[in-house]
Amino acid sequence: MINSLLQWFTDPTNWAGADGIPHRLLQHLWYSLLAVVVAMVIALPLGLWIGHSGRGRWLVSTANSLRAVPTLGLLFAVSLWVGPIFRGDLAFLVPAVFVLLLLAVPPLLAGTYAGVEAVDPAARDAARGVGMTGWQVLRQVELPCALPLVMSGVRTAVLQVVATTTIAALIGLGGLGRYLIDGIALSDYARAAGGALLVGLLAILLEGLLALLQRRLVSPGLTGGNRAVGGRGKDSGNAPVEATDSSAGDATGSHDPRVRA
Amino acid sequence: MIRFDGVTKEFPGGTVAVDDLSLTAPTGKITVLVGPSGCGKTTSLRMVNRMIEPTRGSIALDGQDTGRMKQAELRRGIGYVIQHAGLFPHRTVLDNIGTVPRLLGWDKKKIRDRSRELLETVGLDPALGDRYPTQLSGGQQQRVGVARALAADPPVMLMDEPFSAVDPIVREQLQDEFLRLQDELGKTIVFVTHDIDEAIKLGDQVAVLRVGGTLAQIAEPAYLLAHPADDFVADFVGRDRGYRALQFQPAPRLPLRSERSIVIGERPETTGSGWLLVVDDERHPLGWVEPARIGPRAVEDADLHRGGTIAAAGGSLRSALDAALSSPSRRGVIVDESGELVGTVLAHEVLNAIEETDRPERDEVDPVHGGAVSVADDGS
Repeated sequence: MINSLLQWFTDPTNWAGADGIPHRLLQHLWYSLLAVVVAMVIALPLGLWIGHSGRGRWLVSTANSLRAVPTLGLLFAVSLWVGPIFRGDLAFLVPAVFVLLLLAVPPLLAGTYAGVEAVDPAARDAARGVGMTGWQVLRQVELPCALPLVMSGVRTAVLQVVATTTIAALIGLGGLGRYLIDGIALSDYARAAGGALLVGLLAILLEGLLALLQRRLVSPGLTGGNRAVGGRGKDSGNAPVEATDSSAGDATGSHDPRVRA
Repeated sequence: MIRFDGVTKEFPGGTVAVDDLSLTAPTGKITVLVGPSGCGKTTSLRMVNRMIEPTRGSIALDGQDTGRMKQAELRRGIGYVIQHAGLFPHRTVLDNIGTVPRLLGWDKKKIRDRSRELLETVGLDPALGDRYPTQLSGGQQQRVGVARALAADPPVMLMDEPFSAVDPIVREQLQDEFLRLQDELGKTIVFVTHDIDEAIKLGDQVAVLRVGGTLAQIAEPAYLLAHPADDFVADFVGRDRGYRALQFQPAPRLPLRSERSIVIGERPETTGSGWLLVVDDERHPLGWVEPARIGPRAVEDADLHRGGTIAAAGGSLRSALDAALSSPSRRGVIVDESGELVGTVLAHEVLNAIEETDRPERDEVDPVHGGAVSVADDGS
């Protein structure tokens, strides 16, 4: 099994042409990206608005309940329904992306809404109190503070979508799902396993990239006191400063070896 | 000057939080709004910068009706400090302080310089500037909150229980430094607290509000303690008001006795009974010892009885009396400005001084308020 899998991966014909790994990988990424970006365009503004205004919370639970709809059945139903409306590839792409949207929107919406709602009420009050407009409060305080939860929504959505994009092959589209479906149909199990492995690797890779992105985007002030400020990671064990507040703040200043004057 | 003119706030549902409130917060002074929970003090404060809009009545800043100003602009011109500081967790301390200047569009260098300057103004180590709020203690966060409010140098500051979320020792430090800062800056401040002691300590004038949002009394602290307008105010200012009022009366000519003292590490000359005051090399009092109990050996740090408080020679009658009452020898330790021992005083001597002092009377009240204290006569 391992041998035939290796063989499949090392066979040069599997790396070239329309059915080659690079092409299928790009197709897979394209469908996934399209679904996630459209989902973000829908869910992020909506989530920010729900969190900021406190209105329309029912949308979040409604979106969540839509996850219960069986993906495969929905895919066929939607293809049958919209197939005749669109021409060419679009007749397949639209149903596939639509089904993926249903998976991607709920975690994005929930993450964004929960992130904004969890912003410290005192910080929000202060933001208004120092004279920020509603838009400035959202842009300068609520969104940056919500980022950790927004990003975890993005990561969940991406994982879900990348794994599920496989089913696009069922309605005649490309992507890594082709290997799985064709492999099973032809009893070519090395091809099927290779396709599954590629989907898994792609998901892990994207997860890693998103984790890096999150580290770059999210302020160190939000990730707890255990990360060094300035020289990130240079000095470990940077616990929050002791809760003593002797006069003129010298308890934290001069007695704290981590503070460089 | 901030002027409340017949201000009423009725919330949807009919709850009246503030009822026909009229008062003036004079320029450069601290006006404290104090009262039990539900008295509308925070609502009153938040109506000044229109975080809450009044239902009726008007609030004017230096004669200008705030209701006619743009909300954001009004707020940028008013320093705002709240209970849990409300720092922005994703921004560094310096960036937090620079919030309002950034909103006002100052250039970056100027914001940076101003933020650094303020860090020092509020007594924080400049090295803390690049930290994030979660890395600071509650007291330090509150200092940053004050610095943020001061950043654009607004003439008016609103402070909503800024010191109530920190422990008592830190609170006292913050209060003392707040008063020191106010001496330098002379802002027009409205300060909300539920703590009458804090109100008495910080206020140039204190407005006592009762549940339902009506003004019970507004007066200088000493006057308030001496002449509560009614039972509610009397009850609210508390049982120890006679004692607490002493803090506003400077100790006059107290008859000081010279006190025998020994420097720590030395051996007492006598082993007789009674208490002996121990000082350090610079004659700063450290504590008391009983030579009879420690025997003929050098006095160590561990021998010291530290129960006695220390009063400054020019301090209040309250601190002098407290020094005498708390001292194990019954002799209250008095020091000069540099903290050096000048002598001791006995409780009955302080009491004599108290009896010779007058209580604050009506004509001593700040003339800004028309020489008289305005007492609300609504519904009481």
